[in-house]
Amino acid sequence: MKKLIGLAAAGAMLVALAGCASGGSGAAEGPKPLDELVVGFAQVGAESGWRTANTKDIQAAFKDAGIELKFSDAQQKQENQIKAIRSYIQQQVDVIAFSPVVETGWDAVLNEAKAAGIPVVLTDRAVDSKDDSLYVSFLGSDFVEEGKKAGQWVLDEYADTAEPVEIIQLEGTTGAAPAIDRAEGFAEVIAENPNLEVVASQTGDFTRAGGKQVTEALLKSNPGVDLIYAHNDDMGLGAIEAIEAAGLVPGKDIKIVTVDAVKDGMQALADGKINFIVECSPLLGKQLVDIVKQVNDGETPEKRIITEETTFTQEQAIEALPDRQY
Amino acid sequence: MNVLARVVAHRLFWPVVMLLVLFAINLIAFPGFFTVSVRDGHLFGSLIDILRNGAPTLIIAVGMTLVIATRGIDLSVGAIAAISGAVACSIILGSPTPGSLATVAVAVSVALLISLVLGVWNGFLVAVLGIQPIIATLILMTAGRGVAMLITEGQILTVNSPPFKFLGSGFWFGVPIAVIIAAVVFGLAALITRRTALGMFIESVGINPEASRQAGVRARGLLFAVYTFCAFCAAIAGLILTANTAAADANNTGLFIELDAILAVVIGGTSLAGGRYSLLGTLVGALVIQTLVTTVYTVGIPPIATMVFKAAVVTVVCLLQSPTTAEAFSGFRRRLALRAGKGVAAS
Repeated sequence: MKKLIGLAAAGAMLVALAGCASGGSGAAEGPKPLDELVVGFAQVGAESGWRTANTKDIQAAFKDAGIELKFSDAQQKQENQIKAIRSYIQQQVDVIAFSPVVETGWDAVLNEAKAAGIPVVLTDRAVDSKDDSLYVSFLGSDFVEEGKKAGQWVLDEYADTAEPVEIIQLEGTTGAAPAIDRAEGFAEVIAENPNLEVVASQTGDFTRAGGKQVTEALLKSNPGVDLIYAHNDDMGLGAIEAIEAAGLVPGKDIKIVTVDAVKDGMQALADGKINFIVECSPLLGKQLVDIVKQVNDGETPEKRIITEETTFTQEQAIEALPDRQY
Repeated sequence: MNVLARVVAHRLFWPVVMLLVLFAINLIAFPGFFTVSVRDGHLFGSLIDILRNGAPTLIIAVGMTLVIATRGIDLSVGAIAAISGAVACSIILGSPTPGSLATVAVAVSVALLISLVLGVWNGFLVAVLGIQPIIATLILMTAGRGVAMLITEGQILTVNSPPFKFLGSGFWFGVPIAVIIAAVVFGLAALITRRTALGMFIESVGINPEASRQAGVRARGLLFAVYTFCAFCAAIAGLILTANTAAADANNTGLFIELDAILAVVIGGTSLAGGRYSLLGTLVGALVIQTLVTTVYTVGIPPIATMVFKAAVVTVVCLLQSPTTAEAFSGFRRRLALRAGKGVAAS
């Protein structure tokens, strides 16, 4: 008899649970008004100016759209981010967006979100999972494309040169996706002109100190260098210091091309010390809002959406600098 | 022959050989390696770079040598370096006159004072509470970087202050300021510990704290002093590192520098078990580490293989220095000599 009651109770609970789950998936009931939408965003942290600008832009974009945004800061720890995503699932938000701290280890928590019927959007960084049904869309930069843009400028700049052009590449952190992809895109484009040769390529770990130290050493062993391609602004800024210490003029004696376009980099570009910057924009709030609206309307957003990005020459930098947010 | 044997047996023999080998590799890859010229009124060349970039590691390693001599270790130096850089930059940024000498003097003094407090904290944990040094300083190693992040609010603080920048990339009579500071720290440490009995007291505490206490050495006070001095060194290094790029990066300033400093001490022949120490050895160790970094760049070792290359060099140095290897070596030589002797007798 007791067993039967137990079974019945368990059955009742199951029914109740199922009721919960179906109540959670709002998409089936047609579009909600925007002011009833709730989006949960799990940010990596606040480790750089780039990241802070990213956070501010997303918060501002949702405020403008009148959509409620629940925000959490993972302080660069995966477990914090997983906790945040779980709490969003419990709160039955309409969309979860996050920038994964690392590439792997997301399958379990993303499956929970999928089971609860909550669509997930990845921003800025991808996850490494075989099951791409775990997220609806990945919004972020195309690092290979950034490398190609940098390579294209170099190709155009030296189109009429018959002599060999010596290039030093300052790589990002070894093994990081931006470092691998930016090197790949750049190499692919400059291969068109056999005069363009990367004579040395070393990692500066995405830091100023790293960029400075590597450039100091490489300038001595490659005195004929014409151009430095740095995978981010900070390393480029370090390279400027090393070039100046060697009694040369950055931007003239040795040209510099970087990726990112953070404020300090743009300032150096406007000052003529950097020649060209490929933007890697953190301002993806508006595009994220668009994806959320599409999901709410029952549409399927594109699986891979590339951030709207541009490039800056020295003249454009002078114009853009006054209202640079980050 | 006897002289040669004594040179080989000297504890600095293998580190110096390693340094010379690294120099030779550089010279082959880049013939102008030893060229030092004067450019824009200051010395310019690969050797100058090695000295200048190695200065922060050397300064910390000097403090670390004394700590290790007391059978301790200080893991918090990297975090303290980050804190001092962050403090100095935020003071300069907050001041209405970032370029004035007075502002920079205040910023540097405050940063150094804070490091003294942090050093006293480490000393308190080790000397008074008796916590094992590796655990005691681990606290500040982890928490310290967080404190630095709080000070900079997670941002990279860029300062535009010529006097501050001078500290990291300036020159005095053509010599980099960083090298002069390192020389002063090294000279003072050598003078104070070797020209007085202080060095011997430090060694005695490292060998047997209880026996030294009973012999009248104030072990507690000494421990306080060495940890505070080490933190002070770390702060100086942090200021140089920060001034080098004129930007405080709480995440990266002095990252893993504690490991480089410990390695410099160990390569220099000072035992982690405490007791005898050699500041000169630490100097050679710091130079080996920095030359290793430069070698990677000049030879063009691909970044993916860099770690393995460094590990291989360090392994070789440590193997050459280990007493067991030395024993095996001398045994081998004795046998060789014996066999040669027999050969002569037979013929």
